[in-house]
Amino acid sequence: MMRAAWLVACLALSPIAGAVDSGQRFDDPADQSRYEGLIRDLRCLVCRSESIADSNAPLAADLRREVESLMRAGKDDQEIYAFMTDRYGDFVLLQPPVAPRTWLLWAAPVLFLVGGLAAVGVVVRRRASAARADPATLDEEPDRS
Amino acid sequence: MKLPLRFLVPVLAFAVLVAFFVIGLKRDPGQIPSPLIGKPAPAFALESLGDPNWIVGPADFAGRPWLLNVWGSWCVGCRQEHDALMAIAGQNRVPIMGLNLWDERERALRWLADLGNPYVSVAYDPDGRTSIDWGVYGAPETFLVDASGTVVKKHIGPITLQVWQAEFLPLLAAGAQAP
Repeated sequence: MMRAAWLVACLALSPIAGAVDSGQRFDDPADQSRYEGLIRDLRCLVCRSESIADSNAPLAADLRREVESLMRAGKDDQEIYAFMTDRYGDFVLLQPPVAPRTWLLWAAPVLFLVGGLAAVGVVVRRRASAARADPATLDEEPDRS
Repeated sequence: MKLPLRFLVPVLAFAVLVAFFVIGLKRDPGQIPSPLIGKPAPAFALESLGDPNWIVGPADFAGRPWLLNVWGSWCVGCRQEHDALMAIAGQNRVPIMGLNLWDERERALRWLADLGNPYVSVAYDPDGRTSIDWGVYGAPETFLVDASGTVVKKHIGPITLQVWQAEFLPLLAAGAQAP
């Protein structure tokens, strides 16, 4: 019973923990969700690993206000991101842009995966051929002779 | 000679990793490079801190180099750099404009009365709107704008006389020689 009560309490409180800026800024739900998406994509530069949606730093509040007023001025997402990167550089974007200088960054997970698979392939093949050439090297096999 | 290759691969991989870490250690994550360098100084026209009727901005310095120093009475780093700013102002090499961020007029004016005023003028930016145009993400920050109105240098954090001499003065000297 106690556990269930705790669970209910935690679930009830979780929306509060989700974001600092939970206030309704736009009457239109589509605008509001676009606004929330934008502020989740922009880095709070003083707190580094947080978006401006999650931070209560004064700069984050200023930038949220800026996003809101840019939206009200009819700017599209690209224009709003450009406004931010013109002032703060690409670092303000939590998701780095895909550009020639970031290709390595974006390709890295795939490269690591391919490299790992290649290494596994080489090892497996080498062991298989070694076992064929000399079965005695397979020390896992029980000796049945 | 099968052994060396087997050991070489992980050793090389480790060396690459170490190289990345060493580069990472040497970079100061507090210094986010400004995209403003080499671009025209963002214009503004703000009320002066001491006199709401006096409108100040980059236009006041047309044709000569100047410094923009972002500060606030709430900012510990600004207190720390204040003596250096006073000394720089005393050299009379460039005028320093203050950009007072997220502050109350009274507190800011009291700060200047108590500690001395290194600024030729102070723009008042209580809601940080102009500071966003300059890509300010904290205080103190100091910008050098050359005679053509281009931002040539940004220093993040408290300025010191060493930084002034090593990083700002050479740029000023270079600007003075240019036609």
